[in-house]
Amino acid sequence: MKHTAFAAISAIALTAAGVAVAEPQAEVLHWWTSGGEAKSVAVLQKEFADNGGTWTDMPVAGGGGDAAMTALRARVLSGNAPTAVQLKGPAIQEWYEEGVLADISSVAEAEGWADVLPEQIAEHMKCEGAWCAAPVNVHRVDWIWANKDVLEANGIEMPTTWDEFNAAAEKLQAAGIIPLAHGGQAWQDATVFETVVLGLGGPEFFQQALVDLDPEALTSDTMVAVFDQMRTLRGYVDDNFSGRDWNLATAMVMNGEAAFQIMGDWAKGEFLAAGKVPGEDFLCGSTPGEGFLYNVDSFAMFDVKGDDKKAGQDLLAELIVGPSFQEVFNLNKGSIPVRTDVALDKFDDCAHLSSEDMTASAEGGALLPSYAHGMALRGAQAGAITDVVTAHFNSDMSSADAVQMLADGVANSM
Amino acid sequence: MARWFETHLPKIVLAPSFIAVLIFVYGFIGWTAWVSLTRSKLLPKYEIVGFIQYDRLFASPRWDTAMTNLYIFGGMFIVISMVLGLILAILLDQQIRVEGAIRTIYLYPMALSMIVTGTAWKWILNPGLGVQAMVQGWGFENFKFDWLVNPDMAIYTIVLAAIWQSSGFVMALFLAGLRSVDTEIIRAAQIDGIPTWRVYTAIIIPSMAPIFLSAFIVLAHLAIKSFDLVIALTGGGPGYATDLPATYMYAMAFSRGDVGQAASSAMIMMLVIFIIVVPYLYSELRAKND
Repeated sequence: MKHTAFAAISAIALTAAGVAVAEPQAEVLHWWTSGGEAKSVAVLQKEFADNGGTWTDMPVAGGGGDAAMTALRARVLSGNAPTAVQLKGPAIQEWYEEGVLADISSVAEAEGWADVLPEQIAEHMKCEGAWCAAPVNVHRVDWIWANKDVLEANGIEMPTTWDEFNAAAEKLQAAGIIPLAHGGQAWQDATVFETVVLGLGGPEFFQQALVDLDPEALTSDTMVAVFDQMRTLRGYVDDNFSGRDWNLATAMVMNGEAAFQIMGDWAKGEFLAAGKVPGEDFLCGSTPGEGFLYNVDSFAMFDVKGDDKKAGQDLLAELIVGPSFQEVFNLNKGSIPVRTDVALDKFDDCAHLSSEDMTASAEGGALLPSYAHGMALRGAQAGAITDVVTAHFNSDMSSADAVQMLADGVANSM
Repeated sequence: MARWFETHLPKIVLAPSFIAVLIFVYGFIGWTAWVSLTRSKLLPKYEIVGFIQYDRLFASPRWDTAMTNLYIFGGMFIVISMVLGLILAILLDQQIRVEGAIRTIYLYPMALSMIVTGTAWKWILNPGLGVQAMVQGWGFENFKFDWLVNPDMAIYTIVLAAIWQSSGFVMALFLAGLRSVDTEIIRAAQIDGIPTWRVYTAIIIPSMAPIFLSAFIVLAHLAIKSFDLVIALTGGGPGYATDLPATYMYAMAFSRGDVGQAASSAMIMMLVIFIIVVPYLYSELRAKND
């Protein structure tokens, strides 16, 4: 209360002193608190300050964003939403339906976002046609990472089909190497699952099953085959995988204990941080099959009162999509710029591959949202699918039972 | 005036806490009950649509697992903790030396938070780091102790850690109970030449019935609200094999934006506590009225 009074008085004082333009204010709620991520946010903070804005940082760590969402809920219910919140995928529309998001179309149109963002990704940033969020980066989820020395020593190429992968895995297992480094956490099981769905079913099937939730696709023979492949993959994972964090799995690939890991391109950050060089120490490739699964981080803009806050919101949106921030941020984070017109000279080979595949997939209709990372479905539906995937992967459930549970679970989550 | 103040002082002093409890406990129970009858998703909504959230809850295989785990965990935790606590208390009651030190050692796990207990046991039980790796390192290559990563056995690791933490506390309760039994009766029995085990089964333990009840109530509510131990020890995994109702509720409310579903599971948890506590309250109140 005291604070508000103080702010009000200083605002009056400033007006009296003849400051005509409201000073941009932004309170930003995010959960980028670990090493590389914190560095990336600091970049945005600095740019914001350089443009005359006042940034109020509101980092809420913990639970992969769960803690931040709880804080957000409390703030929204008390009628005091932050200016911008790290939100992604259908969660943006979910909050829009609660009637608390702002319209930033004026900035988006002035900056020509529609021309520089891939169409599929731009759709996620719109609420009933109006822009309500600003995209930050594109993470690719369907990556397979490999230890180059291990592959060469065993005469294995990067697999391009799941059959090739299985054959390679058998060979590695015979040589006493763990074929697949994996951490037994539900979201990691889901990550592997969706790459198998994409690989075995193709982009069209992925769309039907994990985006449109078509019951026929969910119970189809293709889905049974996907669960069969998951069971096969379970055999390529070491016995001690339960509860392992993803970065520990990445370390297993790094030190040659394991050959492959299926994980989004944040894993590249781990390799680079350990001083490994792409193409020399480790290899990156898309998981078997065609298509591109994206995981786009973004900031949703909440409805705030006061010219200074609105000005801050507009400035923030402009900077986030601006080319300079896109480059610096993504170099720090391991992802690629969401703008297609940013030069990639400073980026590594994996990022180039990612960018080329994104452009090609966007044209072929194979640019798809990741379900495991909350881009394709709302929390309740995605959670219902993950429950089945992880229950199947961690037990001896048959594929037929899993498919039935999948259809029932999805129906029950509506 | 002073007299009025004197007679009403207790009421005035108690009023704030009474009002706080009324709002923050019973008020919010009522609020949760209301929300559990709505279609609330991200934020609570207040249009009542009936029992749809409960239908969804009972159709969910994950909730089934959570409830089954609650029965396994609750049953084993309560029974084994009480048996172990009683045995420890009786053994300590034999006028042994350094009783004070031993009592402290057994009671000490209670001083740890569940998070610490869970993390420590996670390392002890991890097949690649803990007991299994150690025994295999001694040369017993075939030794296997992989409960933590085995979905059928993982719930028992939680039972194990919880018993380790709580049986010392139960022991302290029982020890106090044993000491409160009238020594005259025990002496009389000894003079009559009754064997010690008969003294325990026929005199001491039956006279400790209220202590049993208190221990049971304390352990039962610990079991039902168990959350931190599961999060630290298994994170609900492998898969969701060690989910308990409290972790289910957390997942629905905070990870999945399904507030209505979370509210309905909270109501069922409360119902389970009622089923256990109401007979206790009833017997207590009746005892007082007699």
